[in-house]
Amino acid sequence: MLYLFLRRLLFVVPILFLVSILVFSFVLLIPGDPAVTLAGDNPTPEQIAQIRDKLGLDDPIIVQYGHWVDDLVHGDLGDSLFTGRSVWKSIKERLPVTISLASLSLLFALIIAVPAGIIAATNRGRWIDSLTTVGASLGLAMPSFWLGLILVLVFGLKLGWLPATGFVPISESPWQWLKHLVLPALTLGAAAAAETTRQLRASLSDVLDQDYVRTARAKGLGWRSVVFKHGMKNAAIPVITVIGFQVAFLLGGSVIVEQLFALPGLGGLAIRAVLDRDVPIIQGIVMFAATIVIAINLIVDMLYGFLNPKVRSS
Amino acid sequence: MSSAAQPDLNATVGDRAAPAATGVVALQVDGLVVEFATDRGWARVVDGVSYAVASGETLAIVGESGSGKSVSNLATMGLLARSARVPAGTALLEGTDLLELSQRQLEDVRGDRIAMIFQEPMTSLNPAFRVGDQIAEVVRKHRHASRRDAWRRAVEVLDLVGIPRAADRARAYPHEFSGGMRQRVMIAMALACEPLVIIADEPTTALDVTIQAQVLDLLRATRDELGMALLFITHDLGVVADVADRVMVMYAGQAVETGTVDEIFFHPMHPYTEGLLRSMPQVGTQGRTLASIPGQPPAPWSMPGGCRFAPRCPYAIDACRAAPVPLVELTPGHQVRCVRAHELTLRGAA
Ligand SMILES: Nc1ncnc2c1ncn2[C@@H]1O[C@H](COP(=O)(O)OP(=O)(O)OP(=O)(O)O)[C@@H](O)[C@H]1O
Ligand SMILES: [Mg+2]
Repeated sequence: MLYLFLRRLLFVVPILFLVSILVFSFVLLIPGDPAVTLAGDNPTPEQIAQIRDKLGLDDPIIVQYGHWVDDLVHGDLGDSLFTGRSVWKSIKERLPVTISLASLSLLFALIIAVPAGIIAATNRGRWIDSLTTVGASLGLAMPSFWLGLILVLVFGLKLGWLPATGFVPISESPWQWLKHLVLPALTLGAAAAAETTRQLRASLSDVLDQDYVRTARAKGLGWRSVVFKHGMKNAAIPVITVIGFQVAFLLGGSVIVEQLFALPGLGGLAIRAVLDRDVPIIQGIVMFAATIVIAINLIVDMLYGFLNPKVRSS
Repeated sequence: MSSAAQPDLNATVGDRAAPAATGVVALQVDGLVVEFATDRGWARVVDGVSYAVASGETLAIVGESGSGKSVSNLATMGLLARSARVPAGTALLEGTDLLELSQRQLEDVRGDRIAMIFQEPMTSLNPAFRVGDQIAEVVRKHRHASRRDAWRRAVEVLDLVGIPRAADRARAYPHEFSGGMRQRVMIAMALACEPLVIIADEPTTALDVTIQAQVLDLLRATRDELGMALLFITHDLGVVADVADRVMVMYAGQAVETGTVDEIFFHPMHPYTEGLLRSMPQVGTQGRTLASIPGQPPAPWSMPGGCRFAPRCPYAIDACRAAPVPLVELTPGHQVRCVRAHELTLRGAA
């Protein structure tokens, strides 16, 4: 297991390197000169040149990249072009919101998908299976802004059960934190729940038809042991992969959902940075998100090894 | 001409199974019927099959693919698919009718009093668990043993079935075993609670010939040692002589002939049995093409009204097609379902 971890970790380094090149190349793709943007109205050519010099924009690209990576590995993502604030600080400030939202969405998705997938797979062809399939298709088809609006209208405004906007840190009040996040997390998690349900239904159905499940039943094991122990450990393998993808989608989707529910998360920061062409912030956020996704993939790989002894030994 | 008109064929056995020659009857199946829900309604794939097997005895069930061998035994184990039903029959094990039990009650019997070994050793073990744990699981379930005792028992039975370095190998996963070794593991699992009856459904079909012989030896040896009843399902008469005491030949969901190995091999009374014997590879004839029975078995929804084998039978006459043929006992323990049994002289194994 440790060997597997180290081997996978070895792959992470070149991947991070590639990602850093891609992220850095954004600078080249963004139209306009940041120095001109920064210099404000009616700048003199001297002012612009001065700014270019300060930002190192006249250095060869490769040198610029070198500086950037050097700062990066030292944990310095640079400063905002506009506010001059440290990018890392801005991210850290907003990170709890996005992390809360994404992990709660994932939790909700699993709370919905695991029982739904199991019920569907163990009742194949019956009405409850069809119901689950229809529900999952709806969950996938519904755009998150639309679902979010409906949830806000019904539970936030009409019934008044839950706040429709805003965020309360968990350190301040766990209960308020949860109440504020229920609707956004449901909105964001719906598609993940649907996708995971579908995958679990498919893989568990498949597993339950396997010979070893018949062996387990022939041993006299009860339904619970057959489905949860012998079935799920095998069915989980493809499901975990899908959940790994879902995390990336959740991070992406959180941008929209955060706007919808006025949550002060990374999404807001990213949108403003894009509108302002605040390159360091964009680079910082993308680099950060990419690192998280890579880390999740590493975890998925490790779970894979835990579930599948063949992966572990190869 | 119906069989009732034949004076010497009136010893109709009906749905009573012949008791085994020796030992106490361990499992007695009578008049078993199994049907599957299909697009054409209920398809009857097992039609009134009866057999009994005694402790220390091996009964081989032989027949072509689709004759209902597996389905009959899955029915007694309560392992049929949801689309199946068992409208008639009994399966007595220690005085209990297995077919009457609820799934919950069956769970207590399965793996404990009656165990099953399947055809595909490559897929019948769970790839995600150590083989030792998979065996220990049965012991824990039925013997309520501690984790440690169950593990010890797992190692013990792995050793019994001839897995070298059993204590180490118990920690290995199925993919680390060869096909033959996995089948040994399956046998060990079946033996773990010392059941009364073991059903081995084509346990050697998927294995190499040399490995086949080893697994057969093992099955025979453990049966002798532990004195359980062994139901050995196969479509290959060749292996039957090695393991079985008695044989039931099945065709299209019915028993067509039952007898001792000697009777079946040297004095077959049913043309289908003769056909099976002729299509059996003989020692020394390797490379020669095998004689096989021409034609296909009938589908469950288009069973012939008379003898089900008649369309493929070289000896068929009009009387065969007239009415369903009953199973009759010609000599004690030797039963045949053939209108012409008394007049035909069939060729046995050389
Ligand atoms: N789940 C099922 N649904 C419908 N029909 C089935 C099902 N399982 C088996 N059957 C039918 O029951 C009949 C008997 O099948 P069975 O598996 O008992 O044959 P078998 O004698 O064991 O053959 P084989 O040598 O191929 O294992 C076949 O016609 C088969 O098509
Ligand atoms: Mg079969």
